[in-house]
Amino acid sequence: MSEGDEEVVTFDNVGLRYGQGKEVLSDISFTLWPGSFYFLTGASGAGKTSLLKLLYLAQRPSRGVIRMFGTDVITLPRARLPSYRRRLGVVFQDFRLVPHMSAHDNIALPLRVSGVSEADLAKPVADMLEWVGLAHRAEARPATLSGGEQQRVAIARAVIGRPDVLVADEPTGNVDPEMAVKLLRLFEALNRLGTTVVVATHDLHLLQKVPQSMIMRLDKGRLSDPTGMLRNPPRRKATEARPG
Amino acid sequence: MSKTPPVKRRLGRGLVPFRGERASQLLPQGSLAGPVPWVIAIMVALTVIATAAGLALSNLADGAQAELSGGATIQVVEAEPGERARQAQAVEEVLAGFPEVATIRRVPQSELEGLLEPWLGAGVDGETVPVPALIDVRLREEATPDKLRRMRAALLQVAPDARIDAQATWLGPVFSAIASLQYLALALVVLLATTSLAAVFLAARSALGSNRETIEVVHLLGGTDTQIARVFQRTVATDAALGGMVGLVLGTAAVLFLGQRFAALDSGMVAGGGLGWQDWLAVAFVPLITVLLAMVTARLTVVAALRKML
Ligand SMILES: Nc1ncnc2c1ncn2[C@@H]1O[C@H](COP(=O)(O)OP(=O)(O)OP(=O)(O)O)[C@@H](O)[C@H]1O
Ligand SMILES: [Mg+2]
Repeated sequence: MSEGDEEVVTFDNVGLRYGQGKEVLSDISFTLWPGSFYFLTGASGAGKTSLLKLLYLAQRPSRGVIRMFGTDVITLPRARLPSYRRRLGVVFQDFRLVPHMSAHDNIALPLRVSGVSEADLAKPVADMLEWVGLAHRAEARPATLSGGEQQRVAIARAVIGRPDVLVADEPTGNVDPEMAVKLLRLFEALNRLGTTVVVATHDLHLLQKVPQSMIMRLDKGRLSDPTGMLRNPPRRKATEARPG
Repeated sequence: MSKTPPVKRRLGRGLVPFRGERASQLLPQGSLAGPVPWVIAIMVALTVIATAAGLALSNLADGAQAELSGGATIQVVEAEPGERARQAQAVEEVLAGFPEVATIRRVPQSELEGLLEPWLGAGVDGETVPVPALIDVRLREEATPDKLRRMRAALLQVAPDARIDAQATWLGPVFSAIASLQYLALALVVLLATTSLAAVFLAARSALGSNRETIEVVHLLGGTDTQIARVFQRTVATDAALGGMVGLVLGTAAVLFLGQRFAALDSGMVAGGGLGWQDWLAVAFVPLITVLLAMVTARLTVVAALRKML
């Protein structure tokens, strides 16, 4: 983020409907600031995954404007989207591990897609496997891993490329509370290095574990921002760092 | 996180394609294996045979045409053997005076009887069944109707029972039959190519379907259409190359075998139907073109599917 404290992502009046159905997201406006940590909460079916899909460029909104790294990604030609996706790390709610690839190869995939050489990716992948406690399962296929282990592979794959934005959809849903906290610490570490983190979760206990986090609440497809904090964050780290 | 080396810098390095081993890792090994290489092998074998047949027919027609266009046959149709012999003799003498005539050959009585034996039985002689005398003439150039007319006029003065025909004239129906066979071979080649293409298309589609999840993930991780299409192209090309080689070997074996059988017929007509090196080159292009078409088809199929994703 050479742009300093310029916003990472801005949603302006975004709406989303699937096919001809009614809107599952309406009037969504918020800004993600660099280096901030966000929790996205809301009841099941509130539209958390739908909002994250817009964020990780898997879905076009039906209306509104989405700007990412200073560029309007709605009108951007399709061919230019991959380079934006490569700046994002995504933990999918259903993991989406590639079934015929080992844990190691799944984690290495983003680096390979970006053209990192085999020699250069060996160490980061091994370190990452170590970090999520799966070094001994490096060659295992996803089908032979437990739900929690698959989730950790998915998280490792999302963070290995040190993305500018990490988007995680229920990343702690399948792990025990102890592992959940450990994974949260991983996100925080990444966050301290400058990555903007967005974590969707049901788990309200998790929210208290990250004191500097901001909370986005979705209710039936609408984002509640009663304090206006999302548009003008009071505790923005960048604000503190700025003189005056 | 401090353990993670700064790979991020390298991520900015533009959109580098998958290569070598990495590309093959993206799709499960043998995702296109199964019937596809074999379908392609059969198609290529049939196409090779049809192509070779078409080319052989074309050579045959060209050879026969060249040989026959300068040829004429004179028959002396006269029942009385003495008179027939006299007229035939006179015909030969008159023909010898024409500068265009290259060679004259009186078809010997024994050869004529040999030709007629299958129809009339052995022991036929010019006495019991009158057989016309036959004289083959080879001209230095093409036997045009104009030349024939002049020769006919000259011949009739000495041999009133002589009839002259250009060989090309009475072989006309044979040539048009050969031409139809050539068109048939061409049509077969086109049909087979279309079917091969359809097979490759269906194979690419089904591979796409069974790997949709993987493709979506790679797409969402920032893989470009070109990267993903290239992986498919490689897989399909491998299959097509494999099938193409097998098909070429099978087809060539069949063509060589058939060629031997026809050569064994020892007929003057078929002898002209061999394949030259240019023809073999054309045949060798069949699997090559198949691989190319397969790659293009795979690419178009995958790119079309990817375009439906954001
Ligand atoms: N592909 C789709 N097609 C049609 N409707 C969809 C699709 N995906 C989601 N929806 C609908 O959109 C609404 C929001 O779904 P979404 O998955 O975003 O909820 P969520 O907040 O992530 O729920 P959960 O906490 O259970 O994961 C739901 O009513 C769902 O039925
Ligand atoms: Mg969800």
